[in-house]
Amino acid sequence: MHSTLARIASALLVSTALAGAAHAETVRWARASDALTLDPHSQNQGVTHNFNHHIYETLLDRDTDGNLQPRLATEWSVKADDPTVWVFKLREGVKFHDGADFTAEDVVFSLDRARSEGSNMKQLHAEVKEVVAIDDHTVEVRMVGPSPLYPNNITNTFIMDKGWSEANNVVEVQDFAAGETNHAVLNTNGTGPYRLQSREVDVRSVLAAFQDHWAETKPAVTEIVYLPIADNATRIAALLSGDVDIVQDVPVQDIERLSSTAGFKVETGPENRIIYFGYRFGEEPLKSSNIKDSNPFNNPLVLEAMHLVLDRDAIKRVVMRGQSVPAGVATPPFVNGWTAELDAYPAPNVERAKELLAEAGYPDGFTVTLDTPNNRYVNDEAVSTAYVGMLGQIGIKVTLASRPVAEHSPIILANQSDFYLLGWGVPTFDSAYIFNDLVHSKTDKHGTYNVGLYTNPELDAKIVSLGTETDLDKRNATIAEIWKTVQEDRVLLPVHNQVLAYAMKDNITLAVHPENQPLMTDVAFD
Amino acid sequence: MLTFILRRLLQSIVVMLVVAFVAFLIFRFVGDPVSSMLGQDSTMADHEQLRERLGLNDPFYLQFFRFVANALQGEFGISYRLQQPVTQLILERLPATIELAFASATIALVFGIVLGIYTALRPRSLETAVVMTVSLVGVSLPTFLIGIGLIYVFAVELKMLPSFGRGEVVNLGWWRTGLLTQSGLRSLILPAITLSLFQLTLIMRLVRAEMLEVLRTDYIRFARARGLSKRAINFGHALRNTLVPVITIAGLQLGSVIAFAIITETVFQWPGVGSLFVNSVQVVDVPVMAAYLVFVALVFVVINLIVDILYFLVDPRLRDGAKSGR
Amino acid sequence: MTDLPHNSERTAPAKTSRLSAFLNSDLAWSYRHSPVTIIASIVAATLILMAAAAPWIAPYNPFNPATLNLMDGFTPPNSKSMSGNYFLLGSDSQGRDVLSTIMYGSRVSLFVGISATLLAMVMGVGLGLVAGYAGGLADTIIMRVADVQLSFPAILIALLVFGIARGLIPPNQQEGAAVWVLIIAIGLANWAQFARTVRGATMVERQKDYVAAARILGVNPFLILLRHVLPNVMGPVLVIGTIGLALAIIEEATLSYLGVGVPPTQPSLGTLIRIGQQFLFSGEWWILFFPAITLVALALSVNLLGDWLRDALNPRLR
Repeated sequence: MHSTLARIASALLVSTALAGAAHAETVRWARASDALTLDPHSQNQGVTHNFNHHIYETLLDRDTDGNLQPRLATEWSVKADDPTVWVFKLREGVKFHDGADFTAEDVVFSLDRARSEGSNMKQLHAEVKEVVAIDDHTVEVRMVGPSPLYPNNITNTFIMDKGWSEANNVVEVQDFAAGETNHAVLNTNGTGPYRLQSREVDVRSVLAAFQDHWAETKPAVTEIVYLPIADNATRIAALLSGDVDIVQDVPVQDIERLSSTAGFKVETGPENRIIYFGYRFGEEPLKSSNIKDSNPFNNPLVLEAMHLVLDRDAIKRVVMRGQSVPAGVATPPFVNGWTAELDAYPAPNVERAKELLAEAGYPDGFTVTLDTPNNRYVNDEAVSTAYVGMLGQIGIKVTLASRPVAEHSPIILANQSDFYLLGWGVPTFDSAYIFNDLVHSKTDKHGTYNVGLYTNPELDAKIVSLGTETDLDKRNATIAEIWKTVQEDRVLLPVHNQVLAYAMKDNITLAVHPENQPLMTDVAFD
Repeated sequence: MLTFILRRLLQSIVVMLVVAFVAFLIFRFVGDPVSSMLGQDSTMADHEQLRERLGLNDPFYLQFFRFVANALQGEFGISYRLQQPVTQLILERLPATIELAFASATIALVFGIVLGIYTALRPRSLETAVVMTVSLVGVSLPTFLIGIGLIYVFAVELKMLPSFGRGEVVNLGWWRTGLLTQSGLRSLILPAITLSLFQLTLIMRLVRAEMLEVLRTDYIRFARARGLSKRAINFGHALRNTLVPVITIAGLQLGSVIAFAIITETVFQWPGVGSLFVNSVQVVDVPVMAAYLVFVALVFVVINLIVDILYFLVDPRLRDGAKSGR
Repeated sequence: MTDLPHNSERTAPAKTSRLSAFLNSDLAWSYRHSPVTIIASIVAATLILMAAAAPWIAPYNPFNPATLNLMDGFTPPNSKSMSGNYFLLGSDSQGRDVLSTIMYGSRVSLFVGISATLLAMVMGVGLGLVAGYAGGLADTIIMRVADVQLSFPAILIALLVFGIARGLIPPNQQEGAAVWVLIIAIGLANWAQFARTVRGATMVERQKDYVAAARILGVNPFLILLRHVLPNVMGPVLVIGTIGLALAIIEEATLSYLGVGVPPTQPSLGTLIRIGQQFLFSGEWWILFFPAITLVALALSVNLLGDWLRDALNPRLR
């Protein structure tokens, strides 16, 4: 009798304990768009990476402060006697979803696949010469020269299972240009905390916790239902009506209302993305201006006036509803090379700006067209519209050309814009990434987004030197020098850093990730 | 008979080719797929290389020829955005659009005919004035606003109906239906109403006009004079004569409902071909956009063809016309 | 039953001015006896006048960016902003007066709508005459194209025309041309209705003796047709035109929703609704509500006028 009672009691205890631990928690997670593909090396795109991070894992990862963290690699360092070689120690006891063991072979295979011809990740591995397995849990990545920042490039390069890839004929990245489709687009075998249960592209994907995942603490979320909802209003309505639990892309204007609505809360945090205006440089007159004999943007006084008339605080307060970090330098604070001093910006001064414009020879201002995307960044069109108003106050009459990003990008890339708005995320958290694409003269390899065709051979040399400089102090000094010139020449006119907002039911906690790649493993329930 | 159908078929093929050509022409201008396919880490060399591989540097006529040749085999290539075969993507999403289109066509037809008859039989009543005016409000508002408004009222405030999507679906072979589950049916209500409003107004007005006209014809007057009951006249004779043109127009409109669904599907995140099209436009997914347009053209060409042939069979005058070579 | 007052009115004055002839016409009579139409015409006239006179009567000029103060943004209706500006209907996200943007926005919408409808009308009537008169191959081609046109939703066609225009016009001139592109896009999407009606009427007239006579006399029969057919089809064309105008205004709004419309610094009603729609859940209801009400009022009143016109011009329905 006694023993039976005890048995029942203990059974009860066990069952409640089990209920506490294995209580099934489903999270319905909505955002604006779906992952493009599940093939991890086929697209270098934030939404795709974010989704794949739940299924596949990378060697290194970033925490919510942007610091590098061990994931499938436990240690990483430059080889003692050779600055061109990075050594990665791999985690032991890791299994793929199909039960296969994770070894150095898989890493070699995956890194080779990621830098192969058909991969969209290859640019991040451009300096890699070869990848070699030293033993089952050590990999050496040999570079063409010293590459002190290489670990920053691999936080989105996922590791696939070599055996599975060979068995399913996905050794090559899908060559969709040749009209091929590929098993890995819809099927997965990763080491990540969740396994893919079902997928309907653009509609709904279901992920379930992977029981044999290596992490010691099991995630509170045992099932993820991922729901892309394109329309902003519909997405917020879905949260308010209780059809979803977490909304990742929250329009800034809805933040205040949502946080004051009972049952919901909003987490905000800075994103690693700077929004800026750029100009066309060079002597050639602007195509869209009434000034036909010179280029006003080539005059530093004009640029200073445009800097002075930009009221960043007003944009923050009204257009961004307080959800932005105004900036004086075209780099987010997360990035190596950022200083508070660089980031300072002047109070707007319309009178002084008018004087400068008159001094520059344009007392009546001039006309120009501003190209802005209208569906890419947070309130991008509204930011541009606001700046058009501010420029109007000093006589610069701006025509606003607002286009969907699919039409905006080609104009930008073909250098057909006189004056434009663009945003720049810095996944490597280092200034070199900004200089390479935005400041370096436009060539096949560099300056892809140097839309205004700014050139400065001296800067180009310095920028190139950053890639191989191993003395970090010296390197940082060069970065500071480059920023000084960029600021003096007013190459870019920074507006603000974006702030991310995630809205959720109030029993859920999920912190904002600076690269907008939150993991559902970080979700906690009250 | 055969010549007539053959000529019609020939004309349909020409129409399809023209649509394909126009579709193709346009997509060269809506933007550059390459810049949305390659991320911000890409170089100009990468862009050039991908453009070359996709054949975007080839002369226009060559690209068009390739497109038509492939399309004839039902092959529309791989979606730039989702990297899956376009034909498969469209077939997967077709059931959702067709179910939505039929649901809204049914709503439009039933309410349109009932209200049309009612307003025709009582042309001077207050109710008629109200119905006629309110139905105009429906077409005076942009579809997206009606959709958002319905979501706001019925999903957010009243929490009666789902705010988006298709609910639970059941697979019947390759056909994925939402009509067999409760959540699927509930999800269908708001988008179907949104999509039906325009056609409803159209059909109601058509029925009313036809009915008014029929009621004035001599034989209805004779019927009245003969002392037939009002009910027998209205529903036995007048309605039957009204319905023929109405059904024809409604049939023709079905194709247009499918195409109209673009906006409704976007607002309700309805997983049909329309929202696939809008998502594709945003990233210049040319293969999907072209396939969608050809598909819409095909739907309407087929419907038109069927209607024409039916007319031909029903109306002897047309047959004579065909013989005399008109 | 309605014939008595009708006849007495029409026959009373034998020789009258054009004005009183018009006032005594069937049209005027049916107008006076339809309160809905009277209200609709008053609403439409008010909105059109308001739009036409916007530069003189609007409290602010929202199209002049230099006068805007961003810090005036989101002022609720009937209140003063921090800078002391008063906004009867509130201000929007850019600090623009909602009342003024509605006045100026209606101006853009009406301009686009009317111009597009006129374009569609001229095209449709012209092609309809050609198809109806020439017959044969020309007729087949024109009517097949019209079939395509009618079966495709106008919005899709407008979107396509817009796409082509974007490709043909250099990027730095696109914004200046945006309004014209819209007009052409919407106009091209709506001509088929006109063409169908006119073609039918033309085919009837073509059979008549006077056309044959004209041909024998060496007068260009096309001109004769134009002179004789046009008055006959003016009624239906006017009806289609009125309803087309309402459609064109809605189409312009929908195109704006899809992100291909007029520049956001010179918003139309549709653009205003697209912008306002973002604030549906955030509490600033006035940014959406007032432009939406204006759009409905405009489209509804024009539609009602079209309705009345149709009934009034079709004697069998009276």
